[in-house]
This record gives sequence, structure tokens and C-alpha cells, in this order.
Amino acid sequence: MKVTVKLFAMLQTYAPEGARAGTPFEVEMPENSTIADLIDHLDIPEREVKIAYVDGRARSPQFRLEPGTEVGIFPPVGGG
Amino acid sequence: MWILRLNMTDRSYKIEEVPERYKQLGGRAMTSTLIHDEVDPQAHPLGPNNKLVFAPGLLAGTSAPSSGRMSVGGKSPLTGGIKESNVGSEWSAAMARMGLKAVVVEGQPADESFWTVHIAYKEGKPVVEFQQADEYVGQDLYDVYPMLYEKLSNKVQVAAIGTSGELKYANSGIAFNDMHKGPTRYAGRGGLGAVMGSKGLKFLILDAADTPRVEMANPELFREGQKKMREALMEHAITKPQGGLNTYGTAILINILNEAGGLPTRNFRSGRFEGAADIAGEAIFESNKERMGKEIYNHGCSPGCTIQCSNTLYDENCEEIVSCVEYESDWALGANCGIANLDAIGRMIKLCNGYGLDTIETGVTIGVVMDSGMIEFGDEQGTLDLIEQMGKGTPVGRLLGMGAADVAKAFGNPRSPTVKGQAMPAYEPRAVKGIGVTYATTTMGADHTAGYTIAPEILSVGGESDPLQADKAKADLSRGFQSTTALIDSSGHCLFIAFAILDIPSGFEGLIDEINGMLGTNMTQEEAVETGAEVLRLERAFNEKAGFTNADDRLPEFMKYEKLPPHNVVADLSDEVMDSVYGEL
Ligand code: SF4
Repeated sequence: MKVTVKLFAMLQTYAPEGARAGTPFEVEMPENSTIADLIDHLDIPEREVKIAYVDGRARSPQFRLEPGTEVGIFPPVGGG
Repeated sequence: MWILRLNMTDRSYKIEEVPERYKQLGGRAMTSTLIHDEVDPQAHPLGPNNKLVFAPGLLAGTSAPSSGRMSVGGKSPLTGGIKESNVGSEWSAAMARMGLKAVVVEGQPADESFWTVHIAYKEGKPVVEFQQADEYVGQDLYDVYPMLYEKLSNKVQVAAIGTSGELKYANSGIAFNDMHKGPTRYAGRGGLGAVMGSKGLKFLILDAADTPRVEMANPELFREGQKKMREALMEHAITKPQGGLNTYGTAILINILNEAGGLPTRNFRSGRFEGAADIAGEAIFESNKERMGKEIYNHGCSPGCTIQCSNTLYDENCEEIVSCVEYESDWALGANCGIANLDAIGRMIKLCNGYGLDTIETGVTIGVVMDSGMIEFGDEQGTLDLIEQMGKGTPVGRLLGMGAADVAKAFGNPRSPTVKGQAMPAYEPRAVKGIGVTYATTTMGADHTAGYTIAPEILSVGGESDPLQADKAKADLSRGFQSTTALIDSSGHCLFIAFAILDIPSGFEGLIDEINGMLGTNMTQEEAVETGAEVLRLERAFNEKAGFTNADDRLPEFMKYEKLPPHNVVADLSDEVMDSVYGEL
């Protein structure tokens, strides 16, 4: 199945060449994959990921993806 | 240590020993206690009986990392309540080295004259001179600062008001010099520029040459604390060198708030902005990298900051557009006005700095103007023109200078995103419930820094709290954050240390050790946070006497009936929950 991914801040380095932070790109994943599987598939070290958003909600690594799900993945961020 | 009183009625001054009961206070604790003790809550904010207080944080001038913040306090012409506005500059350390616990500006001239107050240090004491400053009135602060620095030594510290303060706008801040002597560090919120203007004070200048080091009661304990604090800041991914803040600045938050559906867009009509990625901290970093041909990391607002979150935005000719583009400014003049052009936003921020306008109040005011149909959402040129008019004091500009709440009234628009007359910052309270509790209940009027529940609600820092869950726990969360914040604001540390010390317990211990080392006290963590709660009680007492009741601790009504996309949520926390924040303090 295809899912859509957006990577932010430092994690941008794991996106396809030239993509700007937050630009969505598609990834082919096996059915029933979780957010953790996706992070692994993108070769992002687990400790670099802080939060993943799906449809405006922060979701755990065990969250199951469906075809067409859009996932936004963030490292630790903060400001004010 | 001294309290210096400046009498602007007859241009005299008095230096007093700090009374025993004020000896352990700094920053916000100092400004709020003094305002509480000395200002009649019924006084007109711009009349002779209001006072303006400048106070360095408790740890100012020490080697505590990121402790260059100070407080300015008074009764606010925007909210009608007590105000503490926080700023980072070399100022804070300079004040502390001069032995100044507080500078209190009192009275006002009988005429419309403007003055410079110059404070130097001779033979162990501050010495003060008053000079006419009328020749600088009406000018852009970006022109005025270089003139002043040329005339005086390069080593002085300058606080100033722009035209907005001269014209006594409820939207006017006080500028403090940045590390490059520019007028870009602002005690921005709550209209304290107008209070300074009402006292005829154009410039407050510190010359801290030949001043001693600050003294502390227990240097050994302080050093231990300083070390723990430093280690926490250097370790945490958000605060470490080349970490989140140092690389992308505070505008790193644009994308995550947008993902969470909590980025107020087009005068709080939506929680998502289609142009978010174009104005985010990542876009600032990338744009600079492309234009400057190298990666540019951020700088500090004050000496000794290890986090260094302040950015600079460059144009295509590698010229500086402005420093710095903070998250709040970027959002207020960007997403909130439907503007996705970073360079244009940078130019708007520069105008605000030059005229002394608070970028949050300005962006929200213009959002209301757009929402009311005077100009279109997304109109960059229209926005630039309106800010110019504010700075120049045209009739329309003066009206806009009253702030978002009054401008909404002028247009007969119920969509006024304000609490106690102050414009909301960059987090949608319908989509992030805890920050809504802070906006509604803090003594400051809508203010995110007063109780930054965003940390657990959005950033998963200091625990986790579901942002959409509307329950009593949000009141407890906000109350805890409000007390801790009052402590940090009094210490002189930057609030951004919170990211590290909420996650790393030894960092929090470090804060307490630093404070105990400075004061020679033996406070536990709980006792220290209780001193923060005490500040809140004093502020609340002042506001009650000024006429505020629980009914003022509410979010604007339109947020209770207008559903906010994408979550389609309303403001649904009960009045009882709101009232429990201070009811159970
Ligand atoms: S983290 Fe940023 S705002 Fe805080 S003291 Fe450092 S430079 Fe100033």
C-alpha cells in the first residue's frame, strides 16, 4: 500500500533529495505496517523521532497505517 | 543593592537601599511585588500615579547559562491589569553589576517633553543625569540607535520607546539593544512603551563601565547548580548547540502546530494554514542557506546564552532583512493574516521593531481588520501600509494602535481573539485546551509564556497531555506551569530552559541550587515553586482591586459556538474549571 510521509526539521535529511521540510512524498509499505515500521523503512534511527502525527493526532509507534494515511514525523522540537 | 527612583515630574532621583523584604526578589517577582505594593490598582495606566519598573532577574550577571532575561512591570494600558513583560538583552547583567535591584520610573512631566535618563556608576553607586531628548522624537528606532551609539560609548545599553510609545498606543513595547546594538529585543507585550512614553522617558541608558562582579552568598553551591543546568541544556535535543532552537529558531513550531491543527489561521478561522511550510523555521534556515551559500546557526539575545535561538533573515542580495523572525511574529503577520511570504513577513517585523510595536498585537489587530473586510486576507502590501500608518500616527494608524480588542469593537466584529484586552498568541485554544486555560486565567491577559502547557500537550516535553481532552486536569496543568513560570521569570533564566529541565531532573535541581547559592537559602524544589505561586497571588490581588472578576477569566464567546477546523472543536471547558486555577492556587 502507499502512504504519504512528511518529515520535519532535522529529519528532512531522510527525505528524498531536494524535498523541502514538510513536503509530502509517497512510500510503498506492506499492508498492516505500523508507524514504527515506516520509521524503520525510512532508515530513521528510532531515537531521533519524537512525535508522529496522523490526521492532526499524535500517534504511538504501534499505530497501524492504512492505504493513503498521511504521517508527519518530528524530532524533538520546542520554541515559544 | 539599590532601588533607584526616577521622578519624571521634576527630573530628580533617589537611591535607596533595598529593603529587607525585597532582598530575595528578582525579575518578575520584583516588578510585580513593587507594583502591587506601590501602585493604586485604580490608577490610570498613563497617569502620573502608575509606575514603570525595570528589574534584572535574580541570577543576572552570573555565569548561569541563558540567564540574561529581565522584567519590566507596570499597570498595563492594554489590559488594565498588572503586567510583566520579559526581555533578553545585555541590559540585565549591566543592571545587576551596577547593584540595581530595580529602577522605578515615577511621576510625569507637566508638558509633552521627552527625556533621556543616563545612569552611570561612580564610587560604588549609580549616578543619574537627565537630558532633553526631543530631537529624537518621531523617528525610526533603526535610525536613532546608531545615532545614539555614535554619540555615546559603544559599551552602553539602551532601552527606548518608538513612535508607538510616544503616541501612547496600548500596542507599544520597549526596545532593548541586541548584541549588535540594534533595537530588536522587546519587552513587547501589554503596552508598557506607552507607560514609558506617558512619563516622558524616551531613553533609559546604562553605562556599566567599571562595575564589580555580582556577589553571591554561596558560590560553591551556585557553581554546582550552574554545572547541572549547563549539562542539561547541552544535552537536550531542543536546547543543545545545533539542536532544534539553535538551528531553526522558535519558528520550528509552525509545522508541528499546523500538523496538530492548532495553528491559528486567518484570524482564528482555522487551525491549519496551507502556507505553513513556506514560513516555518525550516524554510528560514533553507532560504538563508541558499542565499548565503552556507548553513547559518542562530545567535543569542544576551551574553552567556548556550541555547542561542535568535535568527536573522537574509534577502537575495545577502543583506539582512531583519533579526529575528520569532515564531510568534512569523505566525501573527503570516498565518494569522493569510500571508505565506517569508521576506514580506520579515519586512513587517522590521517595521514593528522600528516603531516599537508588539508583533503579536500588531498581527492579530491586522487579522481582525482583514476579518472585518477592510483589506483582504493575504494582502502583503496592505499590511505593510497599515503598519506604516501605525508608526506614522495617521488617524487610522492611531485607531489600530489601540490593539486588537478595541479594533474589533470599532468594526463591530465579535471575532475578537483576545482575553482581558490582550491579543492571543500562536496557539489555538480550541485545539489545545490547556493553553486556553492559561490564556483565560493568567493575570497577564492572553499570554502563552505565562503557563506553557504546549510542552506536554504538543511537544511531548515534560510528560504528555492530550491537547483535545477538555477536563479539570487542564486547570491543574496550567496552574503548575503558571507557578513554575513565575519562578523562572524571577530567576532571570530564559523560559526555554524549561524544555531541558522538565525532561532532565538534574537540570531542575540545578536551577534550585543556583537560586539557593545566590541567596544563601535552603529552599526545596517545592518551596521555590511556591515563591512563584506567591507572585501569582500578588498579581491576582492587584487585578481584583483593579476591577477584574472570574468573569474576566474566559475565552472569547465566538470560540464557544464557532467550530474550528480541522478538528471541528469549540472552547468547551466549563467556567468551574477556569475558576479552579486560581481558586485552588
Ligand atoms: S534561548 Fe533565545 S530567547 Fe532565550 S536567552 Fe537564549 S537567545 Fe535569548
